[in-house]
Amino acid sequence: MDSKSLLDFAGAVASGAVRVIDLTFTLSPDFPVIVLPPEFGQAAPVRIQQISRYDDAGPAWYWNNLTFGEHTGTHFDAPIHWFTGKDLPNNCVDTLPAHDMIAPACVIDCSAQAAQDPDFLLTIPVVEAWEGRHGRIPERNWVLLRTDWSKKNWRDYANLKDDGAHTPGPDVAVMRWLVEERGVLGFGTETIGTDAGQAGHLDPPYPAHHFLHGGGRYGLQCLRNLDQLPPTGAVIMAAPLKIQNGSGSPLRVLALVSAKA
Amino acid sequence: MIAAPVTIPYVRYSVESAQWWIGRALKSLVETAGIAPRDIDGFCVSSFTMGTDSAIGLTQHFGLCVRWLDTIPLGGASAIAALRRAARAVQSGDADIVACVAGDTNHVDTFRNTLENFSRFNQDAVYPYGAGGANASFALIARNYMRTFGARREDFGKIAVSQRANALRNPHALMKAPLTIEQYMTARPIADPIHLFDCVMPCAGAEAFLVMREDTAAALKLPAAKILATIERHNAFGNDPVQVRGGWAMDVGELYAMAGLKPDDLDFVQTYDDYPVISMMQFEDLGFCRKGEGPDFVRQHDFTIDGSFPHNTSGGQLSVGQAGAGGAYLGLVEALRQVLGIAGPTQVKDARVGLASGFGMINYDRGLASGAAILAGPAS
Amino acid sequence: MIEPITRPRRKNPLLRTRLPASPPNARSRTAHGFTRAAAEGRFVLQRCGTCSAYSYPAREACPACLSADLVFVDAPRRGTLLSETTVRVPADVYFRERAPWRIGLVGMECGPTMVAHLHADCQEGKSVVMSLQLDKSGQAVAFAHPEHETANMTDDRQWREMTADPKFRRVLVTNGRSAIGQEAVAALKAAGAATIFVGLAEPWKPFRGEDALRTLQGVEIVPLDVGDEKSVSDLAADIAGKVDILVNTAEHIRAGGLLARRTSVVRDEIDQSYLGFVHLAQAFGPAMRMRGADGVNSAAAWVNILSVYALENWPAYGAYSASQAACLSLSHCLRAELRPGGVKVINLFTGPLDTEWFQTVPPPKVAPRVIANAIVSALKNGLEDVFVGDVAEDIRQRLAANPKAVERELGA
Repeated sequence: MDSKSLLDFAGAVASGAVRVIDLTFTLSPDFPVIVLPPEFGQAAPVRIQQISRYDDAGPAWYWNNLTFGEHTGTHFDAPIHWFTGKDLPNNCVDTLPAHDMIAPACVIDCSAQAAQDPDFLLTIPVVEAWEGRHGRIPERNWVLLRTDWSKKNWRDYANLKDDGAHTPGPDVAVMRWLVEERGVLGFGTETIGTDAGQAGHLDPPYPAHHFLHGGGRYGLQCLRNLDQLPPTGAVIMAAPLKIQNGSGSPLRVLALVSAKA
Repeated sequence: MIAAPVTIPYVRYSVESAQWWIGRALKSLVETAGIAPRDIDGFCVSSFTMGTDSAIGLTQHFGLCVRWLDTIPLGGASAIAALRRAARAVQSGDADIVACVAGDTNHVDTFRNTLENFSRFNQDAVYPYGAGGANASFALIARNYMRTFGARREDFGKIAVSQRANALRNPHALMKAPLTIEQYMTARPIADPIHLFDCVMPCAGAEAFLVMREDTAAALKLPAAKILATIERHNAFGNDPVQVRGGWAMDVGELYAMAGLKPDDLDFVQTYDDYPVISMMQFEDLGFCRKGEGPDFVRQHDFTIDGSFPHNTSGGQLSVGQAGAGGAYLGLVEALRQVLGIAGPTQVKDARVGLASGFGMINYDRGLASGAAILAGPAS
Repeated sequence: MIEPITRPRRKNPLLRTRLPASPPNARSRTAHGFTRAAAEGRFVLQRCGTCSAYSYPAREACPACLSADLVFVDAPRRGTLLSETTVRVPADVYFRERAPWRIGLVGMECGPTMVAHLHADCQEGKSVVMSLQLDKSGQAVAFAHPEHETANMTDDRQWREMTADPKFRRVLVTNGRSAIGQEAVAALKAAGAATIFVGLAEPWKPFRGEDALRTLQGVEIVPLDVGDEKSVSDLAADIAGKVDILVNTAEHIRAGGLLARRTSVVRDEIDQSYLGFVHLAQAFGPAMRMRGADGVNSAAAWVNILSVYALENWPAYGAYSASQAACLSLSHCLRAELRPGGVKVINLFTGPLDTEWFQTVPPPKVAPRVIANAIVSALKNGLEDVFVGDVAEDIRQRLAANPKAVERELGA
């Protein structure tokens, strides 16, 4: 692509011919985080502590100190996050290739199924049906699972019962298939985690984490506004914080969509 | 001998310091006695409000060069104690002329500050109860006395009303309006059964006298009175659950024996009257009647200057005002004037011998210090 | 006969809130022997080790035999009201605002005469029972009670100055998720609290007892994540002016010492326990201090539930013990800072609780309901230091005897 095309693209963003859709939840202390049994280490919740706000601690300026776990809010999972990806090269957020941070996305709308069944699992036939309508998923694409889960209130969003969370996600076969047969760049969800709420009972447990990161691919979760994306043609910008040896990070996820789409 | 009675007229509030009042009293002493300040070779002072000063600081402050010095922090018993100590000093030759002075100022916050910093027991176990100074402590004593011995408010009222009548003849008394028993009875309650006219009014002022040998007084041609007897006692009857008697009761026999007198021989009595109940107790403890007969004694006597039992002839603290430690001196200085025959409008006719007493230091639940002196004038 | 107090009406917004005043607070060092006892609800007097005479006020030598061996010992409480007075014109601002105020002289059966605040039902000449209380200045005073229970006796105006009775007061329980929090809500409600705000962090997480809590009358669930400064200050912006009693039931307990533990676990304990306390204090403390004299439902108390191992580290729960020690230290700072408002800071010290996080610890353990009842009892009696359960009492006594032995034995 020559410079002019790139500038044309910038012009299109500025003019609105290319829409920029924010897929990110506000990073705030009260946003739900992954719940593990309490005897395990826990993700530090988001904390925003004011240093000064035009006051005696800083008369002309406002700023905060932040603390949060790598896996809080809308966030990115790097391969090193899971044991299956621990020995891969460039498997941390600070070493992953920068060009992976911009890539197209295929959006599979399962909002109807998820509305029926909070434990809905994405399967190969569902994806094949999608491919029947929109074409084969190209390599190095994000696959984003739309469930409209992000529209729920937070209690229903976390949907915790006494046997754990009940939220939709992929089954074992489709995850292995997406990584090995379709060569996806990563997999993204609206829920807390790329895996289903009950995925600990699958074999292997947490197949999205298992196969994505074992294959050097990425995860995105706690996405929103997926209902504003076309099935194909959106370009995702997902650049995690460059944290040394980081396993993931909260980030701003943007989708570029042609206004004509 | 005791001579040169000095009173610096009281004011309700003063912007001056205690040192100012004490200085005025010293000036008046040397003028009254016709001596120079350098002639004073003994100095004794009592004050609640002189801050970090004591007698030694005042020597330099007032240019006194003395060979005998005392600070007496005994509240209402300070005058009697000062008299006793000064008399021993001149008797033994430690000093020739002792100036005894008590003076306090009264700023708008003086009374409260004095209360707050009065004593350790007061700080630990009285002031935190809202007792607000002696009022509540004397209320507890008065109530117990009333129940035990049948005293009525009217009896206390008679003492207060009589003193007011006396005070109306004393130009220096702060209280200048007559007081009726009806006014006394209907006054504002302060701490039951203590009502407004049972209480003294804190004010600023100073009192003083000189103590010297008879020959010194004669050389100065200074009218002087003889100290016939004195007593002093502290923390007497500590096991009485509530105070019904003071230390006088322990030493009263010695007092009259030393003076060679009977109570009936006295021409007047100046009791320490921070509250009428204490005066009533003193009528008993100083031998004018038996314990428990105070109320009857009061009912049977007239306490005015011209009455059957001239008592607190200046009007006492209840009607003149309580100038801090000066209150201790008020009765003794008035007694001195009476026996010298120079009391003027408050003069008891033919007064030759009289008694003045002191009482003070409500450290915790009772007054600890007590004392009394009997003076005889030159006419006796 | 005491008239029962009535539920306070809503405040008149045209009237200024009266600022708290303190009764005189100066005491000799020795007199703090009474402060110590009053904090724990004990009645002590000095008794001479040589001649056994009791004395009062606090002394440095026995007035009967001059022995310096004066010891504060638990003493007989009975006495007779010898004389009383109603002080109507006190010099002190605190009492002036509360006049008339009734005090008396009590002759104790064991000897001394005590000046004491009087419960309204005390009668001259009759027997009374004495206690030591912390007044609004935080210092000990003697308080005489009638010998037998009388109607509405806890509503006595002078007694309520000594206590933080929950009756008609509004309470914030900071964590409704825990068993202690829920039991505290029930106990405070039974004690007559007008409103109980119950804090709930992460409201998207369901919890046991939630349905019961949500249906309780007079209970208002509010979002509160004590570890999050903004959550705490946001809640304070809404309700700090209505919180008369704050019961901090936030807890974060994990077993383990120091060497085998992750920093993150230690940090969680500090975040929840210590920083949570900091956030609550900074958000709610100033308003409570300012409302210390605001009528029947004035701000009255702050309650902390601390492990007794705040006083001496128990290495089996070593980092947790340290977080509790930090809270204990901070509580003394808060106590000093709330004192001008007359707001008490009550610390409950407890041994292992009968909850999940002490599952493998052998009994005796303290049931959450026992903690809850101890909270209410401490508020009603105006205590400051409360040891709940056998283990806490055991540690207290052993620490008094030999702290070094406790350190060695807990670390064995």
